[in-house]
Amino acid sequence: MNNLDWLIQGFEQAATPMNLLYAVIGVLLGTAVGVLPGIGPAMTVALLLPITYNVSPSAAFIMFAGIFYGGMYGGSTTSILLNTPGESSSVITAIEGNKMARAGRAAQALATAAIGSFVAGTIGTILLAAFAPAISRFAVTLGAPSYLAIMLFALVAVTAVLGASKMRGAISLFLGLGIGVVGIDFLTGQPRATFGLPQLSDGIDIVVVAVAIFAVGEALWVAAHLRRRPAEVIPVGRPWMGRDDWRRSWKPWLRGTAFGFPFGALPAGGAELPTFLSYITEKRLSKHKAEFGKGAIEGVAGPEAANNASAAGTLVPMLSLGLPTNATAAVMLTAFVSYGIQPGPTLFEKEPLLIWTLIASLFIGNLLLLVLNLPLAPIWAKLLRTPRPYLYAGILFFAALGALAVNVQAVDLALLLVFGLLGLMMRRFGLPVLPLIIGVILGPRIERQLRQALQLAGGDWTGLFTEPVAIVVYVLMAMLLLMPLVLRLLHRSEETLLVVEDDRDQQEKAAQA
Amino acid sequence: MIVVGYSADPFGRAALEHGIAEATLRGTTLRIVNSTAGDAYVDAAFAQSGEVDTIEERLAKCSLEFELSQPVGVDAAEELLKAMEPDDAELLVIGVRHRNPVGKLLLGSVSQRLLPECPKPVLAVKPEQ
Repeated sequence: MNNLDWLIQGFEQAATPMNLLYAVIGVLLGTAVGVLPGIGPAMTVALLLPITYNVSPSAAFIMFAGIFYGGMYGGSTTSILLNTPGESSSVITAIEGNKMARAGRAAQALATAAIGSFVAGTIGTILLAAFAPAISRFAVTLGAPSYLAIMLFALVAVTAVLGASKMRGAISLFLGLGIGVVGIDFLTGQPRATFGLPQLSDGIDIVVVAVAIFAVGEALWVAAHLRRRPAEVIPVGRPWMGRDDWRRSWKPWLRGTAFGFPFGALPAGGAELPTFLSYITEKRLSKHKAEFGKGAIEGVAGPEAANNASAAGTLVPMLSLGLPTNATAAVMLTAFVSYGIQPGPTLFEKEPLLIWTLIASLFIGNLLLLVLNLPLAPIWAKLLRTPRPYLYAGILFFAALGALAVNVQAVDLALLLVFGLLGLMMRRFGLPVLPLIIGVILGPRIERQLRQALQLAGGDWTGLFTEPVAIVVYVLMAMLLLMPLVLRLLHRSEETLLVVEDDRDQQEKAAQA
Repeated sequence: MIVVGYSADPFGRAALEHGIAEATLRGTTLRIVNSTAGDAYVDAAFAQSGEVDTIEERLAKCSLEFELSQPVGVDAAEELLKAMEPDDAELLVIGVRHRNPVGKLLLGSVSQRLLPECPKPVLAVKPEQ
């Protein structure tokens, strides 16, 4: 069967009433958590991981995909109406979007964000369907050394490229790798870092770590700054766009998609860089340069399209290589594991129906989001009135439930608390969370590939450099690490240009504290 | 001094109007309290900067001596009771809304607490229909 046939099959599977219901729940939930600052799609998917015990894989992934895309839509609403980015990927949207809203053009800003997200999400998903199978066919032919190199590349890229501080990224990464080490060594059977506790010999479940870091850490952080002056929200009616807005928006949508998708698809992932690039491009190309900084519609349309296209892009390495490059993809990957599905290049061969159903549901979810969000925007804005104590009490309850459901052992609850405190400390000291989660997920797999590669080469380290793909990836990695250094030496003044404001909302939170 | 429990809705506005009328009549000062628990990202009853300007303009026109405070992270009823403590605080003006029994059960009402607990006279007003 070719890809198109599979895609049609996927649509058939995704369009059953039950699965459509899961898609609707997913997009509603996703938009809701996207709207609320601090609660993101990654936390939501982590909290919902226990449903994987009694819901079919396709239904669960349809829902997760809805949450993933919904979070992007919701984030823009908060950015525009509140000037507080709901998600880190909508930081740029807030710049022009909030100015537009203040100038009485909130309806148009929301409309261009929603329609732009739809356009970019749809194109991104088409590209995903076109590229991911091909990449996975290529990836199956790779041996352990190449696969090891690609995973190391993802680790280095996520740690060193995203985020303002490489040092903080590295600290977070090694914390994650350290957590990944716990358990019985799969080759020699020796217990590692189990502190004599038999419950730890199976390793620490990723679900517990993800729920603790995302949900408990965030809840504790919010509890530490519970009472704050309420933000000023701009009242809005139903989003709509005039003819002029359409004319000014469609090119930024397409350019934003072109920026977002490749950046998402690279193992370095992240929506921050492409949204930033899209913004400065639109600013340069715009016929209404004077409006920038005062509420230019291009400055909303481009970055919003870029962040949704990059969300679609991050699914390329996840589905074709089993490499997560953003937090939500990382948590979705753990859902694969809990279904006993081994994520990796063989996914398209072994689980074609599931993967194509997931891709089909992305198209459906995107359409649902557009249909739901245009008329519902005022209601989403009302969600921001929910008192935080109710919200976080619920989150903590589901976090504890989820952690306990993994193995039904009390030790997991203790671990949940310990890692929750770790999550609080990471937020307090501005450590990014993503490298930790990626470290926990990829650490053990990297170790396995490394030892496999070394065994095949009879313990000879040069065996790691026998495949051309591996060598190319190592060269790229070296370039990635050295490039900022070289740039800094060449143009001392331009170094500020490369700062990506990844943990900007963390810093903002710290400033408000 | 007359204390007005203000919220950014028709009830708060009614309380403000009656407070102004009463203060003019008695020739005394006005203290307006608009508090928020500060536990939600947005509080619709908390006056935003534009509205605060409008209130200040309105009061300046009446040539009344007034004080407007917007405490954050406090209980609304506690804050008003505290404002009524000084000896010169003579009257509390609040807006009250109609609530059915279920609504009373679900949502703690500030006015339901203030009416019996405030030791000084309380003027409970409703917006005009």
